[in-house]
Amino acid sequence: MELFINLVLFSMLVVTAVAILKMRHLFAVVMLSGVFSLLCALLFVTLDAVDVAFTEAAVGAGISTVLMLGTMALTARNEKMPRDFSFIPLAVVMITGAVLIYGTLDMPDFGSATSPAQLHLATEYLKQSPSDIGVPNVVTAILASYRGYDTLGETVVVFTACVGVLMLIGNLARRRRKDEEGAE
Amino acid sequence: MRHHLLLRVITKLLVGPIILFALYVQFHGDYSPGGGFQAGVIFAVAFILFGIVFGLSKVKQVFPPWLVHKLAALGVLIYAGTGVYSLMLGATYLNYSAFTPDHPEHGQHWGILIVELGVGVTVAAVMVAIYYAFAARPPVISDEEW
Repeated sequence: MELFINLVLFSMLVVTAVAILKMRHLFAVVMLSGVFSLLCALLFVTLDAVDVAFTEAAVGAGISTVLMLGTMALTARNEKMPRDFSFIPLAVVMITGAVLIYGTLDMPDFGSATSPAQLHLATEYLKQSPSDIGVPNVVTAILASYRGYDTLGETVVVFTACVGVLMLIGNLARRRRKDEEGAE
Repeated sequence: MRHHLLLRVITKLLVGPIILFALYVQFHGDYSPGGGFQAGVIFAVAFILFGIVFGLSKVKQVFPPWLVHKLAALGVLIYAGTGVYSLMLGATYLNYSAFTPDHPEHGQHWGILIVELGVGVTVAAVMVAIYYAFAARPPVISDEEW
């Protein structure tokens, strides 16, 4: 049954990706990328990674779609047709893809009990967190306590993104200039 | 979107439950999936939905931009301040067990709760701030062209 669900989800994922590539109408592309994110979230659920699925559904399908629609309202609705076929980008993509696939050959089998992820820290966390922290959701315990520095860094990254966006298109400088002009 | 009656009614119905769900995800993150990041995004979505349907000026009255910008920084300060507090108690940075020395688990619970709150505040404020920044610019495309 799980194999069937995975097959269906992955084939829908591929269909969505191909549709995104083929379409020129950007509104449909944005909507389809939301669908893509939701399908990814479902895949994460079948992998029992509920926290990741939750984030993917909220951020990938929710906020990203809104932001892309907002961007589209400021730019254009249709993708420009490529001017002519060029060989170099295709070659770069093919070589990178081949290298990535070659890299996966070294990875442990999917779900293997002897993969490094199952052997070292993960088991420690699972064993220790009930007595160290006592929070039933181990993901939260790892995220906020064991890996507190990482999460602090992530929060700062989110804040930095905000500062960057505000400096680029936030109209803050213009407002201040207007205030100064008004004061004079 | 003055003419979309259905959207306006349904949005009014939805905004409350969305915020409630965000708070649940925020403060129940110790026990169920979720935490500051997800809760912050869901919280922001309530305001973004309100802004899309009722207009940017209405949502800016509810959640003014100056407050949004201050909250974005406040969340990071809450998080980093928790670490400084544990430093002042003589423990290592972000070591929550120091908060209640005779019962380290309680300290961990408090620490995680406060830190997640900081994450949630920052993420919610940042998402709303980015939405304001995009939506405040004059659109190139008119409403009918979509």
